[in-house]
Amino acid sequence: MSSTAPDSAATSTTATAPTGSGPWQLARRELRRRASVKVSLAIVAAFLLMAAGAPLLSALGGRSPDEFDKSAIDPYLGGKPIGPLGGVSADHWLGVEPVTGRDLFARVVHGAQVSLLIALTATAIVVVAGTAAGIAAGYFGGRTDAVLSRLMDLTMSFPSLIFMIAMMSVAKDVNRIVLMTLVIGLFGWPGIARVVRGQTLSLKHREYVDAARVGGAGSWRILTRDILPGVAGPVIAYTTLIIPGMIATEAALSYLGVGVRPPTPSWGQMIAESVSFYDTDPMYFVIPSACLFLTVLAFTLLGDALRDILDPRGGRT
Amino acid sequence: MILYTLRRLAGVIGVLIAVAAVTFTIFYVLPSDPAAAACGKACSTERLAAIRAHMGLDRPLWRQFWDFVSGIFTGRTMGSGQYALRCDFPCLGYSYQNSEAVWDLLMDRLPVSASLALGAAVLWLALGLSTGVTAALRKDTLTDRVLMVGAVGAASLPVYFTSMMLIYGLIRVAGLLPYPQYVSFGDDPASWASNLLLPWLALAILYAAMYARQSRSSMIETMAEPYIRTARAKGLPRRTVVVKHGLRSGMTPILTLFGMDLGGLLAGAVITESIFGLPGIGRLFYGALSTGDQPVILGVTLLAAAFIVVANLAVDLLYAVVDPRVRL
Repeated sequence: MSSTAPDSAATSTTATAPTGSGPWQLARRELRRRASVKVSLAIVAAFLLMAAGAPLLSALGGRSPDEFDKSAIDPYLGGKPIGPLGGVSADHWLGVEPVTGRDLFARVVHGAQVSLLIALTATAIVVVAGTAAGIAAGYFGGRTDAVLSRLMDLTMSFPSLIFMIAMMSVAKDVNRIVLMTLVIGLFGWPGIARVVRGQTLSLKHREYVDAARVGGAGSWRILTRDILPGVAGPVIAYTTLIIPGMIATEAALSYLGVGVRPPTPSWGQMIAESVSFYDTDPMYFVIPSACLFLTVLAFTLLGDALRDILDPRGGRT
Repeated sequence: MILYTLRRLAGVIGVLIAVAAVTFTIFYVLPSDPAAAACGKACSTERLAAIRAHMGLDRPLWRQFWDFVSGIFTGRTMGSGQYALRCDFPCLGYSYQNSEAVWDLLMDRLPVSASLALGAAVLWLALGLSTGVTAALRKDTLTDRVLMVGAVGAASLPVYFTSMMLIYGLIRVAGLLPYPQYVSFGDDPASWASNLLLPWLALAILYAAMYARQSRSSMIETMAEPYIRTARAKGLPRRTVVVKHGLRSGMTPILTLFGMDLGGLLAGAVITESIFGLPGIGRLFYGALSTGDQPVILGVTLLAAAFIVVANLAVDLLYAVVDPRVRL
C-alpha cells in the first residue's frame, strides 16, 4: 500500500502535480478500484437523495407522512394492515403503519431526512470544532495545549449517552432537532481533536513549515495554508468513520423517546413504535431497521476505505 | 509510580466535581420544579414553601451545590426541626419519588448492571479478540474477508435490533430460553446465567464486532514491527512470536477501549436493560427521567462518570505492567 498520502497531500498545494499523479488523484484512482466503495457510495448517495428529495418522493407516492388511512387497516384485527407484507399495495409502496394506516414509504423517506440531517449536521459541528481545537492545541502548544487537552479529557470522561439522554429529557420547549444536533455534537469533538493534534505536532516542524515561517508568514497563514492541508486526509477519513456513530446515536435517542417528537418521523422512533408489533406485523419493524442498518453499514465501509487510502496509519499517533 | 497514582487520583476527583457541577447546572438552570411535583395537585403556597425549604431549594444555587458536594464526603442533614433527615456518607440525597436514599437505590441496582456488563464483556472479549487476531494473522485471505465482512455487518446493527431478533428467534420461535428475568447470582447461579444469556449476547455481538475490527488493525500493525521480525529470525516458534511478542503490544490499544466501554456499561446499559426488562441502573435512570427525579439522575450520572474515570486510571496503571515501554 502506498503510504505517503498524508505527507504529500501537505505539499500538494504549493506544487501542483504536473502529470496527473497528485495525491488526491491517486486516492481517487485507488477508491475507484474497490468494489466495496462503489456499493457503499451508491447506497449513501441513494439515501442522501432520498433525504433531500423527501417531500418530492412522498408526493410521488401520493401520501403525506402524517396522513391517516383507515381503509388500509383492518379494525377487526386490532388495526392490522390489510394485504400482504404489512399492507403493500399500489397505493402504499412499503405498506402502512398498523392502527393508524400512515404510509410507511412516506414516513421512511421523511425519517431519512430527519435522521440524516441531524447526523450530518452534528458531524459537521464535531469536525469543525475538533479540527480547530486539535490544530490550536498542536500548533500553539504550551498553555493552549494544556487547557484544550484537559478539556478533551474532561469531555471524554462524561458518560456521553447517559448525559445526552438527561439533557434531551429535561429540555422541554425547544426545537428538538436543533437541540439534538447540538447535544450529539457536544460530546464528539475530542476524538477528532486528538487525531488532529497529533498530526499537527508532527507537521509543525517540517521544513516546509519552517520555510514558510522564515519567509515571514503569520500564524494564520501557516495554519490554513500549510497545516490544514496536511491534516485534511486523516480528517476526511475520520469524518466518514464517525458518521455511522452519529446516525446510530440519533436513532438510539429517538428510540428511547427523548429524540424528535411525534408526528415528526425518524428511523429510531419508528423502530421504537414498531417493536410492539414485531410479531403481528414484522415488516413494520424490518423497514426502518433495514434503512438504519444499510446507511450505517455503507458509511462504515466508505470510511474504512478512505482511512486505508488517506491515513494508512489509522489516525493513531 | 505511587506519586503518579496519587496525582491521577486527584485528577479523578477533579473530573468528578466538574461532572457534578455541569450536571447540576443543567438540571437547575432548567425550569422544572420538583417541589411542585412532590406537593401534588392540592397544594397551598405555604406547603410548597415548606417543601422547598425541606429540599433545600430555597437556598442560592452555589450553596445547594456546595451542600451536595460536601454531603457526598461528610454526609449531611436535610431539612430541619422534626423533619430533619440524616443522610450518611456517601450522601447523594433522596429520591423525590419515593424518598429512598439515592446511594441505596444505586447499590440495589448495581449487581444487575454489573452482571450484565461483566458477562457481556467476557463474551465480547473472547469472541472479538479471537476473531480479530485470527483475521490479522490470515490477512487478505478468504477467512479474513469473511470475518471482517461479518464484523462490519454486526457493528452496524443497533443493539435494539439485535435484541429483538434474539428475542424473536430464541424465545418466540425456538423456545430455547425463558424471557429474561433477573435472578441474583447468590440465589441460583445457573438460572442467573441462563436468564442473562440473551442480554449478554445482544450486547456482546455489537461490542465483539467493534473489538474484532480494532484488534485486527492493531495486530496487523504490531506484526509488521521490526522486533517481531527479530523474534522470528531468532527461530522462535510462530506461536511464541504471536502470543508473547505480538499480542502483548497489539492488545494495548484494546485495553484503553475496554476500560472506557466497561466503565460506561457498569453504570447501566440503558437500552439493553429497558428492552429485556432488567432492573438495573439504566432502568432506574430511565424511570427517573420521566418523573424528573433529579437526585437520582444526578446520582446515576456521577456514578457513571466515576466508573469511567476509575476504569481509565486502572487501564493506565495496567499499561505499566503490560507494556514494558511505558514508564510512569
